[in-house]
Amino acid sequence: MGVAIEVEHLNAWFGSTQALKDISMHIAANHATAIIGPSGCGKSTYVRCLNRMHETVPGARAEGRVRIGDLNIYNGTSATQVRRRVGMVFQKPNPFPTYSIYDNVAAGLKLNGFRDRRRLDEIVERSLRQAALWDEVRDDLRKKSGSSLSGGQQQRLCIARALAVQPQVLLMDEPASALDPISTGKIEELIFQLKENYTIVIVTHNMQQASRVAEFTGFFLLGELIEFDRTEKIFTNPADKRTEDYITGRFG
Amino acid sequence: MMRTRFQQGLDELRGKLLVMGGLAEQAVDRACQAYIERDLQRCHMVLENESRINAAEREIDELAFDLLALQQPMAVDLRFILAVTKINSDLERVGDQSVNVVERVMDMIELPPADLPIDIPRMATASSAMVRRALESFIEGKAELAQAVLEMDNVVDRMRDEAFINLTRKMNDSPEVTRQALDALLVARNLERVADHATNIAEDVIFWVRGADVRHNVAVANSSTRHPIVDRS
Repeated sequence: MGVAIEVEHLNAWFGSTQALKDISMHIAANHATAIIGPSGCGKSTYVRCLNRMHETVPGARAEGRVRIGDLNIYNGTSATQVRRRVGMVFQKPNPFPTYSIYDNVAAGLKLNGFRDRRRLDEIVERSLRQAALWDEVRDDLRKKSGSSLSGGQQQRLCIARALAVQPQVLLMDEPASALDPISTGKIEELIFQLKENYTIVIVTHNMQQASRVAEFTGFFLLGELIEFDRTEKIFTNPADKRTEDYITGRFG
Repeated sequence: MMRTRFQQGLDELRGKLLVMGGLAEQAVDRACQAYIERDLQRCHMVLENESRINAAEREIDELAFDLLALQQPMAVDLRFILAVTKINSDLERVGDQSVNVVERVMDMIELPPADLPIDIPRMATASSAMVRRALESFIEGKAELAQAVLEMDNVVDRMRDEAFINLTRKMNDSPEVTRQALDALLVARNLERVADHATNIAEDVIFWVRGADVRHNVAVANSSTRHPIVDRS
């Protein structure tokens, strides 16, 4: 099992408040890793450090070593370079509302100056297929806008948009928390299929979801990584009392 | 965020299992007493008790099933509920073994008493003690108490083996008491099974408390690491 993301001694701050404390974590390639923990524990901050989005918040900064493949993302690499390798899907689907479905998926590539029309068509189709949306939108690619789709479809559209630039890693910050159980099921099924080609890091409040989709789970509390292990171990017999108290609902 | 309703459900499950444990323990003790005293009345008490044990088994399973479906327990709570369902099943089997014992006793009562080379009271005391201690380990949630039960199982196994040798010899030497000896042999077998169920209960307590599977003398160690991928590849 290869390591896709190597995080060593990562610290992050919002102004003078330390949000992440000395996080070290090796994330397996072509697997899903879930990040769980109570609100404010630093789990979203953590994933936002993996694509350098944390630093976009005024006053926020991060230090440490994050290696994605051969790229040391906090050492001389541009944020744009990082984000080409690391796609992100957010809690609320955020398609470009006025763009067509096609243009939503092609947006990243077009921004990067990609102009080959035939190749673009192929990539849009492939990305929509990978996001399990193709069959539902193939006849309306240019007719309908991204915002005309249902919430679940919009989220899969955002996943297709992230996949179009062929990242190595897909970060998902509570990707199904705003969706109904059927749409959630589709996203989870999708995560399962995407693992074949991508490394997935998913932040979730839903522990059943973490246990269903992820092979590895990390539990964060007050900015610290308390425990990181195989998902079945975390949810059946965690080593740390704090993990156990959280997942059994004794605090959080 | 304490999950009050869930905690109430767990407490209720625990309470019901303790009642079930009491019924099963009582059944073994009564069956043994019935053997020692050739007491038909006690035999009937055990038979009547069995339907209560069966009803308790169903109730516990239903409650455990509801908690699993509605509360999605994790970690120690999940292990607790799984352990309870398995202990429940073992206690029901303890009840069945007690019924088997009294059926043999009822047969023996109709036969002339025979002097048999078997110490059923000693075996009964050991098996019954194992059930009691296994239940104590559950009540206290102490894996060490459960471990002690596992170590007692060999003693009862040896008693059964001795009983087999001695009673077979007795049947050869005194064919006129073959039926009584056979009954006693079956009682010994039933008591040895009671000890096996007590052992299972103790293993389930260890699983609940430590998260370790110690069945069949295989301990599965669990360790945590900050880099599970690297350390386990």
